[in-house]
Amino acid sequence: MINRHPEIVLPEADLERDLQKKSRRGFLLGGLAAVGAFGAYKAVRLSRQDNDVPWPQRNVLDLNGKLWHSYLDHAHTMPTYSASEIGFLKANGDHGLDEEPDDQGNPPAWDGFRLEGPGISPITLQLSDVQSLPRREMITKFCCIEGWSVVQQWTGVRFSDFTKKFLPPGASLTDYVYMATDGEDYFVGLDTKSAMHPQTLLAWEQNGKPLTYEHGAPLRLIIPVKYGIKNLKRVGLIRYTNQKPRDFWHEQGYDWFAGL
Amino acid sequence: MRKDIWMPKLSLKHLLAIRWFHWINFPILFLMIWSGMLIYWAYPVYHLGPISLFPQWLFELLGLKFRLAEGMALHFVFMWIFAINGLLYVAYTVFSGEWKYLVPTSTSAFRDAWHVFLHDLHLREEIPPQEKYNAAQQIAYTGIVVMGLGSLVTGLAIYKPVQLSWLTALCGGYEFARLMHFALTMGYIGFFVIHVGQVILAGWNNFRSMVIGWELVKHND
Repeated sequence: MINRHPEIVLPEADLERDLQKKSRRGFLLGGLAAVGAFGAYKAVRLSRQDNDVPWPQRNVLDLNGKLWHSYLDHAHTMPTYSASEIGFLKANGDHGLDEEPDDQGNPPAWDGFRLEGPGISPITLQLSDVQSLPRREMITKFCCIEGWSVVQQWTGVRFSDFTKKFLPPGASLTDYVYMATDGEDYFVGLDTKSAMHPQTLLAWEQNGKPLTYEHGAPLRLIIPVKYGIKNLKRVGLIRYTNQKPRDFWHEQGYDWFAGL
Repeated sequence: MRKDIWMPKLSLKHLLAIRWFHWINFPILFLMIWSGMLIYWAYPVYHLGPISLFPQWLFELLGLKFRLAEGMALHFVFMWIFAINGLLYVAYTVFSGEWKYLVPTSTSAFRDAWHVFLHDLHLREEIPPQEKYNAAQQIAYTGIVVMGLGSLVTGLAIYKPVQLSWLTALCGGYEFARLMHFALTMGYIGFFVIHVGQVILAGWNNFRSMVIGWELVKHND
């Protein structure tokens, strides 16, 4: 066996000299490595920003997203819970929800949502168009990117059922889906695999009651394979696209994929 | 070497690879804790009895507020270096045989460690016989690696609670995994304080050996 811990025995003066030489060399190299590492770190932190993140870091985040996207399978599901575990979900985000209620305090009117995509002649769909599809209920955890989570019940239709119905026959599925509120004050970009996940719903009921305006009435996206930021409220536009879509929080420095 | 003659010598205490792993880990772990605090700020719920971990004034003082996105963009980049460096370290200690010095193998390791502890507090004269590391060090240096693995596993559990839902369940669920991930971080801070304290007490010769590898051995032991 190799002796990995050799010893040097010399007269004391030679030993001191040898030790001094080794120290000089060791601390010089160590110092250079430390300065180099700090410089590299600073260079990364000061490099050009890509959507509010230094581009080398953004590249790694995108790579992380690609890895988890390629691993994603529709058999990966958010666990489901019992009704007794339902908690209180605070209405955390109100981007795109800045319309005033009417005189009676009712949520402002909603004129349906537009559907766009290659091979689709743009149409406006109503809640009834969505509700004609098989109704699904699930009790899942809603995970906020801030770190908290709460169990909620959702009622809606699978986005995959919706897509099957409204994508024209023969049209192939695009790589991405883009969804936005009317006027596109809030918008999310989704990979199609996550959008077509069996737990991804277009929902109109929360805990057995119609959605309130602050939670995205009358129709919102519920996508448990993503953080809450991707769960668009008050759908105003759905667009199938092959170009990686914009995403509101991605532009504020968050991960585009934001998968769970 | 003849045992009857007192001869000072230089001994290669820390191998080059081990030194690199150690000194890479130090700033990376610091960065992981720092970015972890940027993330934790967004939902700082943990308490130790009546004491909040951490109070808002501390986030304020350290300038950690409203930097969640930045924290995530650091955490999920440097996690790679933390994980790869840690895994390579473990692999290296296994294949080089260095693990034999590091892992407590004696059945009396905990008792020995207690005696080392009492010795350090000057409550006990003699110290149990040891090789390169005493039992307290072995437990600390093995424990810290197990903690690192724990951070990796609980980190994955809260990073991908859907795609790795089996792992999240294994860690006791999303909330508990997050709590453990946090508790392990507190453990690192505790380790750091004691470790640096001990390094200061052990003196320059010992510290220098972690940089240059060689230690001056003046006693014939």
